[in-house]
Amino acid sequence: MCLGIPMKVLQIDGFNARCEAKGVEREVSLFMLQDEEVKPGDYVMIHVGYAIQKMTPQEARSAWEIFDQMLAADGPPDTTL
Amino acid sequence: MRYVDEFRQRELAQQLAAAIRKEADPQRQYNLMEFCGGHTHAIFRYGVQDLMPSNVHFVHGPGCPVCVLPVGRIDNAIQLVEQHDVILCTYGDMLRVPASGRKSLLKIKAGGADIRMVYSTQDALRIARDNPDRQVVFFAIGFETTTPPTAVAIKQARTEALDNFSVFSNHVLTPAAIQNILESPEVREMGSVSIDGFFGPSHVSSIIGSRPYEFFAEEFQRPVVIAGFEPLDVMQSALMLIRQLNEGRHEVENEYTRVVTREGNTKAQSLVAEVFELRRTFEWRGLGLVPYSALQIKKAFAGLDAEQRFHVPAISASDVKGCECPSILRGVKRPTDCKLFGTVCTPENPMGSCMVSSEGACAAYWSYGRFRQPEKSDTREDAA
Repeated sequence: MCLGIPMKVLQIDGFNARCEAKGVEREVSLFMLQDEEVKPGDYVMIHVGYAIQKMTPQEARSAWEIFDQMLAADGPPDTTL
Repeated sequence: MRYVDEFRQRELAQQLAAAIRKEADPQRQYNLMEFCGGHTHAIFRYGVQDLMPSNVHFVHGPGCPVCVLPVGRIDNAIQLVEQHDVILCTYGDMLRVPASGRKSLLKIKAGGADIRMVYSTQDALRIARDNPDRQVVFFAIGFETTTPPTAVAIKQARTEALDNFSVFSNHVLTPAAIQNILESPEVREMGSVSIDGFFGPSHVSSIIGSRPYEFFAEEFQRPVVIAGFEPLDVMQSALMLIRQLNEGRHEVENEYTRVVTREGNTKAQSLVAEVFELRRTFEWRGLGLVPYSALQIKKAFAGLDAEQRFHVPAISASDVKGCECPSILRGVKRPTDCKLFGTVCTPENPMGSCMVSSEGACAAYWSYGRFRQPEKSDTREDAA
């Protein structure tokens, strides 16, 4: 539950954003980043359906490499974003 | 490219391990508590303990929200469903946690109770909108990172006049728990576990900032390093803690400068402050009643508080007999000290909360087979 998952912002509609990671798309809330400028193409850290911070593409990539290793070793993950 | 990166990571890990071996004073012990289950997971998954010299120990703390929730609160949630016929929305981790009478949310769901696993508070709101004739309760758990989304949902329900929605709040606070561990009799008097420094959780800190840790770093004279969840982050942070201890410093340092600032996410903080207030006291599994360690919904939003709406009683329920979760959560015992561990208590059939959540210490011990080999840290009790 506590994991933050990096996702890429595809589309923004008000406080809602369509985000993507590993081919999976989800609606996430940008409510907590309303003081920051978020645009399509940015990477954000998602925690229980909410973007809590912006990330650089490098940070997102390195986090996903770790998750990939865990997924390969552990089988299906806890999917609670 | 990927293989180059992996090689580089390994090389960096070896360099960090060498630096730690060089700087750790063989004349002293370093007991470093990782508060957060995410760190526990990283340490076991990557065998970080094996890269440490024998006098550097990781002590696993109570930073898994599923693990620290007392049985009585899960009994309360089950009562909400059984007595008030609500739709209960919960994060998936809670489903398998054992409650009193050999029940769990998953078992009563199998018996026909309407329990929905959600990924976000937005899902819970949607369920409430889709079921206007039913009461929908969101079973809210978690530390500081998970609280703002609950606050958003409460505000949104108020705005939409979503009268059939309410929240059963079990949100807890990290600094209060760390303070409790340092003040607990086991730590102060018996000396059975001495904690020299703390890894601060990075996600929690990205919300609350590093400032809340400054008080107790000063008050208890223990260094705190806010650490990311990757194995290299943990190792780098261990080195920073060892340096502080060697130099007699007790400061709040931030290994995770990428996202944690001193102030944190002020938008999230103001949301929480608007909706929640401190509870006078709250029961934690393993720590007992901890003053001002949890959040309740403010009077202004009382109409959305499930505890008020359904008159949720205080239940004091006991853990499964023989379960050592309370001591494990305080860092006093290890999973292998528990008679139930690996015998009747496994991830498939958990008896205690530390075996349920993948972030719990018992689940991490079991999953990564650490208990199958003698531990280097077996000397800890003798040395402490």
